Amino acid sequence: MAEVIEREERAIEAPSSPPLTAKEAKSLLFTPVFDDNPIGRQVLGVCSALAVTTKLETSVVMSLAVIFVLALSNVSVSAIRNHIPSSVRILVQMTIIAALVIIADQFIQAFAYSISKQLSIFVGLIITNCIIMGRAEGFASKNPPMHSLLDGVGNGLGYSTILIAVGFFRELLGSGKILGVDVLHLVTEGGWYTPNGLMLLSPSAFFLIGFFIWIVRAWKPEQVEED
Amino acid sequence: MQNDSIKKTIFVAVALCLVCSFFVSLAAVSLDEIQKENKRLDMIKNILVAGGLYDPSVDVQAVYENKVVPLLIQLDTGQILNPEDYPEGIRVGTYEIKKMAVDPAFGRPVDPGEDIANIRNRPQYIFVYQVMEGDKLQRVILPIYGYGLWSTLYGFVSLGNDLKSIRGIAFYEHGETPGLGGEVDNARWKALWPGKRAFDDAGNVVLSVIKGQVDPKSAKAQYQVDGLSGATITTRGVHNMINYWLGEEGYGPFLKTLKQGGGRG
Repeated sequence: MAEVIEREERAIEAPSSPPLTAKEAKSLLFTPVFDDNPIGRQVLGVCSALAVTTKLETSVVMSLAVIFVLALSNVSVSAIRNHIPSSVRILVQMTIIAALVIIADQFIQAFAYSISKQLSIFVGLIITNCIIMGRAEGFASKNPPMHSLLDGVGNGLGYSTILIAVGFFRELLGSGKILGVDVLHLVTEGGWYTPNGLMLLSPSAFFLIGFFIWIVRAWKPEQVEED
Repeated sequence: MQNDSIKKTIFVAVALCLVCSFFVSLAAVSLDEIQKENKRLDMIKNILVAGGLYDPSVDVQAVYENKVVPLLIQLDTGQILNPEDYPEGIRVGTYEIKKMAVDPAFGRPVDPGEDIANIRNRPQYIFVYQVMEGDKLQRVILPIYGYGLWSTLYGFVSLGNDLKSIRGIAFYEHGETPGLGGEVDNARWKALWPGKRAFDDAGNVVLSVIKGQVDPKSAKAQYQVDGLSGATITTRGVHNMINYWLGEEGYGPFLKTLKQGGGRG
């Protein structure tokens, strides 16, 4: 924390460095999960939510990669936020994000090779995931590193919640499995369940995300936008 | 220093790039060995899948070493090389089709008129794999590649000891659409291949991957494989690939060598 405070003192705008209370920390971490979900509320990062969610396993690995990149990019951007020239700030953020994504991709290729083959280009495409740029520009460039870290992890969790929920239902209904283990016995293998082929195609993720938004807004009506 | 001065802007840009490139290189270099090993094991696994030897419970490395014998052949002549005659730079552990095909010393361009698999270049030497049971040849596993819809598919096809019937097929690298063309990796689709006949009695390649499902009552059923639904172009790519590589331009000469019982030499 000493480091943070020191940097705060040098800050040009010199904001009164707010100490992070437990309540704030909790709010930074959990608000993005349901109250301000990046996919459900902010409607960011939908592209990858469609592409990698045919199976639960790929959804989980993608979620972990996004949490990793989002947390570290937020911390890094925040740590140097008072030194970033405004003329190149987007480039600086992109460079940090791109480097982190490559590192994440290298690790996945080394330790989860078969999953990396399935995720193929979509790990690389985390670079263009709007959630990460959005949090770097919208939050980390104005807030201290600890806050940014929690915000990054929180938004990553929000993204993961949807990805994992969508992945769960797509794998279950589309191929009758959960994490590759048979749950619904398929007709083609002598069982009773006829898989819903639509679930394996991208549009089904739209339906599932739609259901998710519907359920969350029915539960928390304050999220409903006025026309 | 003012944040927006030119000096500071350049300083921040250069420093940031150096720091980022350091971490990226560190990750890439330190994980390189593990990644290469993963790729090698994945390729071995696919050799075993194509050869019908794969089973998730087995140690792929051990099965590969016990049962599979790699052979270097010269594609144009079908000649089999002795290990001591391997050209400099070609070793079984490091051989990569992709690099060899475009290497001026080891590859050659494919005549566009003959290039039905759309591969443009091919290696002159290629490793094929024999599955032996004692002294008897059980299967021969042949590397194949060709263009699908978005990407070149790399894989293996294996023939039984009659050198006429297919024993299996597997792809280890492709960039086709997951769920559509990517279904070339689907175990159920791959299971349609074993037992199909690749050649007619006169020795012509007659196997075709058709659009839709094979009518089991048709006289041609043994020469046909179901296409992948929603992936017409990938399916056509697989069809062309099989026809190219099993034909005279591909492994034809090598299969002739094998049939004549020609050993190494």
